Formats: sequence, C-alpha cells, structure tokens
Amino acid sequence: MKALRFGRHAALAVVAAGALALTACGSDNATGTQNSAPASSGPKVTGTLTGVGATSQSAAMDAWKTGFSGANQGANVQYSPDGSGAGRKALLDGSAQFAGSDAYLKDDEYASSKAKCGPDGAINIPVYISPIAVAFNLPDVKELKLDADTLAKIFRGQITTWNDPAIAALNSGVTLPSLKITPVHRSDDSGTTTNFTQYLSAAASTVWTDKAGGLWPSSLKGENAKGTSGVVKTVTDTPGAIVYADDSAVSGKLGVASIKVGDTFVKPTADGAAKAVESGKAVAGRAQGDLSMTIDRKSTDATAYPLTLASYHIVCSTYKDQATVDLVKAFENYVVSDAGQQAASDAAKSAPLSKALQTKAQAAIAGIKVQG
Amino acid sequence: MTGSSASGRAGDKVFSGTAMGAGILILLVLFGVAAFLVVQAFPALVAKPADIQGGAGFWAYIAPIVIGTLIAAAIALVIATPVAIGVALFISHYAPRRLASGLGYVIDLLAAIPSVVYGAWGAAFLAPAIAPGYAWLAANLGWIPIFAGPASATGKAILTAAIVLAVMILPIITSLSREIFLQTPKLHEEAALALGATRWEMVRMAVLPFGRPGIISAVMLGLGRALGETMAVALVLSSGALTASLIQSGNQTIAAEIALNFPEASGVQVNTLIAAGLVLFVITLAVNMVARWIITKHKEFSGAN
Repeated sequence: MKALRFGRHAALAVVAAGALALTACGSDNATGTQNSAPASSGPKVTGTLTGVGATSQSAAMDAWKTGFSGANQGANVQYSPDGSGAGRKALLDGSAQFAGSDAYLKDDEYASSKAKCGPDGAINIPVYISPIAVAFNLPDVKELKLDADTLAKIFRGQITTWNDPAIAALNSGVTLPSLKITPVHRSDDSGTTTNFTQYLSAAASTVWTDKAGGLWPSSLKGENAKGTSGVVKTVTDTPGAIVYADDSAVSGKLGVASIKVGDTFVKPTADGAAKAVESGKAVAGRAQGDLSMTIDRKSTDATAYPLTLASYHIVCSTYKDQATVDLVKAFENYVVSDAGQQAASDAAKSAPLSKALQTKAQAAIAGIKVQG
Repeated sequence: MTGSSASGRAGDKVFSGTAMGAGILILLVLFGVAAFLVVQAFPALVAKPADIQGGAGFWAYIAPIVIGTLIAAAIALVIATPVAIGVALFISHYAPRRLASGLGYVIDLLAAIPSVVYGAWGAAFLAPAIAPGYAWLAANLGWIPIFAGPASATGKAILTAAIVLAVMILPIITSLSREIFLQTPKLHEEAALALGATRWEMVRMAVLPFGRPGIISAVMLGLGRALGETMAVALVLSSGALTASLIQSGNQTIAAEIALNFPEASGVQVNTLIAAGLVLFVITLAVNMVARWIITKHKEFSGAN
C-alpha cells in the first residue's frame, strides 16, 4: 500500500516536472510570415524580424528598432545581443533571419551559409562603424602623438614611464611627466579588443607578436576592467593610465592620442573611420554585392583612421518567402539610410557610413530575393 | 467528527504529495543542471589543447583560476569570520536589547544589497581609495611575497576583491551565528556565571562550544557565496595571470571568468567556460560535504542533544 502510494505520487511528480521541462523547451522563434507586402520595395511592411548578435550594436539596434517600427506599423524587430559568435551561429542554423557581428563570416561559415541562404550564401553589410580612441590620463598633457610600435610597446609593458625616450621623440615640445604608465585593457571578450589587437599585429608586427583576438593575451600583465564604461572609469581614476576604447565613451579629463598614419598623426573622427572602412579591401570569394571589408591597418592615407571597428549585419541572399524578403530589405534599407545611420549616431555615437559605402550597401540589399 | 477527520486525511495526503513532489523536483533540477554541465563541458575536456584559450589545454587553463577563486574566498573568510563572530556575540550577549535589535536589522540589510552594487562600490570607491595603501605595503613590506610590488596603480587587485567579498559574506555569517548564540541554553550560561566566570569566560565556556557547529555551517555558507560570487569580482578585479602578490593586478575567479567571457564566446570556448562552471560546481559540492562532515563530527561537543 505504502509503496503503491509512493509510486503514484512519484509518477505524478515526474509528469509535472516533465511538463515543466517541455514548456521550457517550447521554442519561441518568431518568424516573419505575416501578410506579404507587394513585391516592389513597398514603403510599408509588417511582421517580425528576428536577429541575434553582437552586444556592440545594442544601443544602435534599439534606435533602429524604434525608428523602423515607427515608420512601419505592424512591423517589429527582435534583437537578442548574445554575442557575435552566437549571432553567426543562429543565422547559419536558421533560427535568426539576420545576425549582428563584429566580424564578417569566416570562409567556412560562408560555405555553410549556403545550406540555409541558397547558392549565393549570406551577405555581410557593414552597418555600424566606430573609431577606437587611445585615451590617456595625464594631468597636464592633453595632446599626444603615438605610432603603432610605441603603442604596442606601451601595452606590452616594454615602455613603463611616460618620459621614455621613445614617447619623447614623437612629442617634441611636450613636457612628459616621469609617471608610471598603467595600460588598461578590457577584461571581457570584446570586438574593441579584436580591432585594437588586429591593428597592433598588423601595424607593429615586430613588437606585437600575439595573435589578434577578442580576449587580451593572458601572458601580458596589466590592469583591466569590464566593459567600455569600466575601462574609461578606471583610467579616469588613475593618473598615468592609458586605454583603447570606443571614441564615443571618451570624454572629460582624458586626452586622446593621435595615431601615426603615413607621415602624419591622425585623431579619431567619424569621417576618418568611415573612410577606413570604405577603402578597406573587399574579401575575395564572397557573394555578389557582399561588403566584407578588411580594414587596411597599415594604410598611409591620412584621411583614414585605421583603428576602427566595423560591425556587420549578416543577412541571407535569398529567403524562403516574399514576406521575409520584404521585411529584411525594408529593415536593412532603413539601417543604412541617412535616417538610420543618424539614429545610430545619436544613440551610440557611431560614425555614419560614407556615401559610397551606403550606395554599395543599398545595391547589396536590393539583390536579396526569394529562393528558387 | 468523521467528516472533519476524513477531510483531514485528504488534506494530509495532498500535503504529503506536494511536499514529496517538491522534494523530487529539486533533485530533478539538480540532476538536470549537473547533466547539462557534464554534457556541455565534455567537448572542452577532449578538445585539442591548442583549441582551448591559452593554447595549453583545459587543465592548464583552469588551474590558475581555480587557485584564484580559492585565494579570494579564503582571504574573504579570514577577514569576515572574526568580525562576524564578534558582531554576533556583541548583539547576542553584550549590547543593550534595543541597540541589539537595531544592529541586527542593519546587518540583515547588508545582505539585501545586490552584488552588482557591491561591485560598483568596490570598483568606483574602494579600489582608488585603497591604492595608496597598496603602494605603501609594496614599499615597506614588499619582501613578503604576498605584498610584492609593483602595487596595482588602480587598486583593483585580488585583495580588494576579497575585501568586497568579505563585506558581502559578513551578514550571512553574522545573522546565522547570532541565531545560534541566542539559542545557548540559559542554564549553561547561568551555571557558568554562578561558578564565578566573567562574561568572557562564560562566552568561551558555554556559548562558543555550543555554537561551534552552527558557526562552521555559517562560515561554510559564507564560503559558498564567496566562491560563487560573480558580478562583484567581475567589476572589481583587474584580472590576469596567477600571481602570488595580492596587491598586484592579476588572478581571476571562475565565476567572474565565465561572466566576462560568456557573452561573446563561440564554439569550443563556450564548452570551456561551461567546463569551468562544472569545476566550480564540484568545488562547492566538496565544500558543502566537508562542512557536513565537520558538523556531524563535532555534534557531541555541542550540547545541543
């Protein structure tokens, strides 16, 4: 009797737990299969677009979502900032219709994108450009000139004081204090770190021998903090500290270094960043209209700022139904439009795309079509 | 009569059923978490060493952060335990009743502060404030390896993180110890006093031996929180390679490592981080088991039975 009762209750509990587990597994992938708008690039679309991707685009994405839904009643965009890698994976397995990513698809990822996106695979469109500033906290110095080698040596701990001859040689006329340099980097995995280390390993290849990546090389000593706001706060509190950070986040008492490009020294600007992406080298072997760009970190063009982050939207070249195609086109067209870029610039202080890049992006978006 | 006893039986059945259901559910959840950790961690354990972050395999990756976690938690305990027991004794046996209840309330409030607030406080206030102290330690006591220079210029060293952790676990240890001390049998205390013991001798002979298992479990609960604390460490600590010096930047804890790297992780790195989580799970499990073992071993001294 007792055993029987126990058995029954246990079974009940298992069923209940099972039901819970099932509800938890119930997928909530939203798909854009609502009323199909006219095939032409009609002004109004409806439906839900799902994206997954980089955290760097979060602020801009919020602005884009609001702007897009405002212009298209009944259309909305869901974006979950799970990280660049998660975004690319979600696009490749079909659970998201677009991905936000700090890096364009790798070659093998592009190859596997053909399974869900049709024979032409996925297209990478740069939508979010942001210059990375090298900011420092020196009480009496606001202007500083640095070249890639010196920068790499500072961040590797090979140059340890501000009045080091290597820095003084670049900054004649500036009185440098004999203060200890405290280089600060990001403690979390970050696209900013990826671009900074890419720059150093390209432009200062003899000094920066570590592989470029989102994580700071663990063999290097140095201070760090979480997130852009964390590193900027740490540097602001620490005289003698230096950091790389999104230019929009650097303000107040921090100075911003000019980086040597060719024979001149360039400060981070929106125009310089847009120029650097525009003049980047297109990645070979991609779909028609694809805008994967390798930024030329060793460029000698003084109008381009090489320490720039380009974040992409990755979309399929073909989708299964017209409704999704219309929705993706409408959204991406809004994102690369003047209004969309301005909204991102207001919300996240990113650099708007250059006109030439905008035209190319629009051409790429126009090529998205239904499968078959 | 019969009606009420029948409904009483039905109520009894329902109650025992739901209680058992809840018990089974918690086991299922625990099993589910453990199974998830093992399954997801497996690819990292068998991955080629070069694929793991750092390029030297999983164990080379995990060992320094396990040690970092243990160092931070141990320092936090060393700082927090004496203070917590002192505060608990003050509240239970020394303070006037009115002050005691007020103080107990304030201590409980400390436990209600979210860890991210502690983290922000540690990073924005404590670290810059403590940095000159580290510079002094490095200059004057630098010959002791744990205070070896150069001291962190930002103050975001593992000692700072441990101090923040100590503040965070203080209320847990204090409130549990206080409850235990208050339960000391009045007869024991009065007997000690009657034999001519001073108040301190009474505490030492009656209260502390009675409360020992309780103190140990309170400390172990605090240790559990210190080991698993994520946000505060992630914000405060300037992480890096394993270093013996407590006042240099460096060291890392498992929980903070996961929190910092998970959002942008992909591929085998996700498995690596989950495997790190599995290691933390095993450590906390071991801590709890050791705590249980100590408590059962000391039961006979407690006088509770």
